[in-house]
Amino acid sequence: MKFFNLFRIAYRSLNRNKLRSFLTMLGIIIGVASVIAMLAIGEGSNQTIQKSIASLGTNSIYIFPGTNANGGVRGGAGSNQTLKLEDADAIAAHCDLVKYVTPLVQRKSQIIFGAKNWNTMIIGIRNDYMLIRSLSIIKGSGFTEPDQRSAAKVCLVGVTVVFNLFGDENYNPIGEIIRINSIPVKIIGVLSKMGQNTFGQDQDDIVLAPFYTVQKRMMISTDHIGSILASGKSELQVVDAVDQITSLLREKHKIAPSDDIDFTVRTQSELSNIFGSITKVMTILLASIAGISLLVGGIGIMNIMLVSVTERTREIGIRMAIGAKGRDVLFQFVIESILISVVGGVIGIVVGILVAEMVATFGGWPVVITPLSIILSFGFSSAIGLFFGWYPARKAAALNPIDALRYE
Amino acid sequence: MSERENLITVRDLTKTYQTGSVEVFALKAISLTINKGEFVAIMGASGSGKSTFMNIIGCLDNPTSGEYLMEGKDVLTRDKDELAELRNSKLGFVFQSFNLLPRTSAQENVELPLLYNNKVEAAVREHKAIEALTSVGLADRLGAMPNELSGGQQQRVAIARALVNAPLVIMADEPTGNLDSKTSYEIMGIFQKLNDEGITIVMVTHEPDIAQFAKSNIVFKDGKIIANHPVTDRKIAMEELKKIATLTDENSTT
Ligand SMILES: Nc1ncnc2c1ncn2[C@@H]1O[C@H](COP(=O)(O)OP(=O)(O)O)[C@@H](O)[C@H]1O
Ligand SMILES: [Mg+2]
Repeated sequence: MKFFNLFRIAYRSLNRNKLRSFLTMLGIIIGVASVIAMLAIGEGSNQTIQKSIASLGTNSIYIFPGTNANGGVRGGAGSNQTLKLEDADAIAAHCDLVKYVTPLVQRKSQIIFGAKNWNTMIIGIRNDYMLIRSLSIIKGSGFTEPDQRSAAKVCLVGVTVVFNLFGDENYNPIGEIIRINSIPVKIIGVLSKMGQNTFGQDQDDIVLAPFYTVQKRMMISTDHIGSILASGKSELQVVDAVDQITSLLREKHKIAPSDDIDFTVRTQSELSNIFGSITKVMTILLASIAGISLLVGGIGIMNIMLVSVTERTREIGIRMAIGAKGRDVLFQFVIESILISVVGGVIGIVVGILVAEMVATFGGWPVVITPLSIILSFGFSSAIGLFFGWYPARKAAALNPIDALRYE
Repeated sequence: MSERENLITVRDLTKTYQTGSVEVFALKAISLTINKGEFVAIMGASGSGKSTFMNIIGCLDNPTSGEYLMEGKDVLTRDKDELAELRNSKLGFVFQSFNLLPRTSAQENVELPLLYNNKVEAAVREHKAIEALTSVGLADRLGAMPNELSGGQQQRVAIARALVNAPLVIMADEPTGNLDSKTSYEIMGIFQKLNDEGITIVMVTHEPDIAQFAKSNIVFKDGKIIANHPVTDRKIAMEELKKIATLTDENSTT
């Protein structure tokens, strides 16, 4: 049998059954496209999370009240008020492996300028905060030591806040007085744009003020602080710095060696692992959804192939009666399946990439298309297409021609 | 010489179907010789084993036991691929239900056996298909789909498909079973023409007047041959069709 003849036969057969060919292809397209898009979204957020965590500074150390790491990470554990300002001061004074340290207090507040108002996060910081997080100021200047000591009514704002209060991101708000919890505060600087973090949180939606300004003027309780942010002298010494901080605070909090500590110290890389496992869960979730769509697509392919078996068995009977050999019939069906899988697979890849790009463009969600997802989805769908094209054909080709002709 | 040459020889051919616990003896030790150039009509009541016999000598089915020689050579020892080649190059089939590929033009249907024949070059394929369709009077319907053709036309496409590979024998199982008598005669006309050109024809029919177009009749009953005789009063399709034409002319003038 000449291969080209078989190819011609297969092509004619596909062309003759356009709807069936299209429906089969649709299964493959959906399967491939969804896997590629889903995994691109998962991988994209994974990489951005890693990147944004790395951008926090690889030397950073976070100290949260309480022992629940996640509660600490989210900064929402108000019930665990165990950290005090003197803890931060003690770390600065006694831990020689720590380079910078700042206590943090934060609260969500309404800020008002003229007729406009906006809800945002106010964070009270020491100046070390800017160094630990490598923040820069594009307009105006940062807090001075006197600002810090005197709890001056001054603040730095992110560009989202500028936009929402003044209607224009590029407006120069230096010198404007805004009201935070009805306290008038002067804007002395604008932070350079940071963009969104991985959870879609706008990092520019922020107001920074001197530590005492927030703690004394805006917080109900002034005894405790929210958390402490520090940085190690070098990346290699971060772990030792964590030990130093832990033993210092243990001593200060008078915790017996046998008791559990009432605070949590995390390094940036530990955090990155925590977030990493969160994104891994998310990727697995997306992959499962994608896997289900692949399965549904596969079942679609299978159904179409099996439903057409009756018709095709008779066709095989006719072909065998006029001289087709078993392998001619098999090759024909395999070529048909390959054509469908390849064309459907390629369309699926294109659609998947388009969908991913659309999510990136319109949803503002980062996407990274991995070759693995392409290979995986393409391989799986074509395998299903091939199998369900080949298997019924093999059964039919094994029949006596007369039985295939009579098949109902 | 060719007149007396054996084409098909079967000896003690039996076929038994097992349906549940019941054994159906469809063929009971059939022995028969069909020579080249013959035009045989196989007759018999429904269920007498005509189709079973045709399918076996057409290599579409296997007998339960017996011997089958074609041109003096054993057929039953051949493997599936060899049988497929045999069907492709030496046999042509015409079925009662036409069995054309749906949604496939007349020409593509006729080209099909050529696509499965390695010896036919692509260049001559189209030419041969058109030639075969022309010889059955369908030169003007090459691109027609089966559902655009009448029953008689579909059967002619099937005949063109059967003869496109220049077979030794055409096997037709009730080829006129779904056709009216005038169309049936036209089909018989084609068969008689092909037979005159040297193609052996084996045809199953239960209609006595159709059997009259053959050169000899074989009668089956309960899986056995009960009669095998030449046709004495053979009908010629061209003449029968003329008669019908004059009849209808008379009818329309009166
Ligand atoms: N596939 C089959 N399975 C079981 N019995 C069959 C099958 N084909 C034919 N038969 C039986 O074999 C006998 C001969 O059938 P067949 O050759 O079709 O008769 P005819 O063509 O003369 O009408 C019948 O009794 C029929 O019921
Ligand atoms: Mg029959």
